[in-house]
Amino acid sequence: MKLLNIFKKQNIDKGKILKKKKLTANERKSLISWLFLLPSLIGVFIFFVAPFCVVIYYSFINNPIQKVFVGLSNYINVWNNDAFRPAAMNTLKFSLTAVPLAVVFSLFLAAVMESRIPFKSYFRSFFLSPLMVPTASIVLIWQVMFNYNGIVNKFLMIFDQGKIDWLKSDQAHIVIVLLFLWKNLGYNMILFMSALSSIPKDLLEVAALENANKLQIFWYIKVRYMSSTILFVTIMSLINSFKVFREVYLMTGDYPYRSMYMLQHFMNNTFASLDYQKLSSAAIIMFIVVSVLVYFMYRLEDRYGKDIEG
Amino acid sequence: MENVIQRKYFEKLHKRKEMSDKTKTALVTIAAIVFALIFLMPIILTISNSFMEPTEIQSNYGSIFETTEKGGKTFVSKTVNLKLIPDMVTFSQYYIVLFKSPEYLLKFWNSVIYTVPIVVVQLMIATLASYGFSRYSGKIKSALFFGYITLMLMPYQVTLVPNFLVSKWLGTYDTMWAILLPGFFSPFAVFLLTKFMKRIPKEVIEAAAIDGAGEWYVFSKICTPLCKGGIASIAILLFFDYWNMVEQPLILLSNSDMHPLSVFLSKINAGEISLAFAVAVIYLVPPLLIFLYGEDYLVEGISYQGGIKG
Repeated sequence: MKLLNIFKKQNIDKGKILKKKKLTANERKSLISWLFLLPSLIGVFIFFVAPFCVVIYYSFINNPIQKVFVGLSNYINVWNNDAFRPAAMNTLKFSLTAVPLAVVFSLFLAAVMESRIPFKSYFRSFFLSPLMVPTASIVLIWQVMFNYNGIVNKFLMIFDQGKIDWLKSDQAHIVIVLLFLWKNLGYNMILFMSALSSIPKDLLEVAALENANKLQIFWYIKVRYMSSTILFVTIMSLINSFKVFREVYLMTGDYPYRSMYMLQHFMNNTFASLDYQKLSSAAIIMFIVVSVLVYFMYRLEDRYGKDIEG
Repeated sequence: MENVIQRKYFEKLHKRKEMSDKTKTALVTIAAIVFALIFLMPIILTISNSFMEPTEIQSNYGSIFETTEKGGKTFVSKTVNLKLIPDMVTFSQYYIVLFKSPEYLLKFWNSVIYTVPIVVVQLMIATLASYGFSRYSGKIKSALFFGYITLMLMPYQVTLVPNFLVSKWLGTYDTMWAILLPGFFSPFAVFLLTKFMKRIPKEVIEAAAIDGAGEWYVFSKICTPLCKGGIASIAILLFFDYWNMVEQPLILLSNSDMHPLSVFLSKINAGEISLAFAVAVIYLVPPLLIFLYGEDYLVEGISYQGGIKG
């Protein structure tokens, strides 16, 4: 009996609390929405944010045992490292050629797909298919194609051209750019196609009525309308250009020909030697560069995005 | 008189335009077919070569993968023979892979147990988090969301350093959890799903709230079902990405028995090259099926990504 009374009392108390909280129903709801976020936030904090702070800390000390603050000397060491700079240059060179090519070609592909061609949906599937082909199969085929005794060289021999050792010369650059384009064009094309289809039709009709030619329509209306998508595709291509390491690594291993030695190889090999200082400072240098690039593009999107809406 | 001439002139012009339009479409279509063939070539090659006799593969491609000289009796041609049609269609490669060499199936299984849990759990966490992000957004939340985007855009070589440290602290290094745990909390699905959630009209949610629905009800019975398509498309994208993982196992798993097939396949040496194509096809089957069944979802998922902001 007593227990029941207590129980009842508690229930009443609960009701009171609930009533009190109902006064600030909106606050309560927004608090609940934070509860939904909680699992993800905790995970991201444990697995990414917290250890990253440690990485920052590591980049400023001499080693994890002595823990003497050494200022920027780790960064200077990495910067002066014989492997780091060529790796950074190669990565930069690759991104600077591959990304613009990817944007232009996929925009072109999207424009072609938008025009009236038969079997459109089949073509879309074909161009998108590299997305699902496992890296390892790609690598197999790419080796068959570009090996010294491979198919491309065989083809070149028909035209009396000398053989090129594609994977072990400066031509390797071309090989990985091709691979990157093959893999990413379809994905970018879909992004552009959806942007193209969202351009208001009446605008295009007005332009056509006013005798604007196709090039003008394309350049002044379509590209203008797609500017935010173009920026997004550029960012994504840039990010994916860092991922090309997968294929390069699987094709040529830890130490490829020097023109293919990327930042990622540098990181991988540093992992192998467990040099925490080098690793941390290199990671932070990469983090800063990528963040700056992304921030810069974000601002650009801001500016151009507003331009169109206004 | 002048009028008639003018009209005739215009008619001529119109006709010519029509003609050139037709030829244009034809030309574009042919170009698209050529392009599509180039895109499909690696897949076609892999599949057709998987039906060849192992000895035929050896003689066709042996010169590429032969690193050390062997006094074997098998004939290895100096140049590569690219063959689309096998001399004799056999399933002997498949037979050997499936019944004689258990290590391939083991690695295939590894790929499955890394990929499937990551896709499922990341989506569950992300569904909750994206609901949290899409409701009652304020300044803190949008800043957090920007943080997620930055994290998402970081190349693996940056995020792997923190992951590596955490795996050492938690003692998960060299176990499957080293790969699974960071995968569960990866921000990609959160980013994309938030975009889907934000497109749900506010009126729908408000109507439910007026009817007395709590947050959990709104989340589980209204928002999540409305995002079904989005969830499916993200699941596909995640599957493709993790099915191909290379960087994580290389760094977080030193024991190569635990490597997924994506890494293992690339380490196939000359002696096993005859089986490589069949393994590649087996590896291709799950993503191919997913691609064929879910292509529309995939396209939708990619289209939604356009523009970083929600």
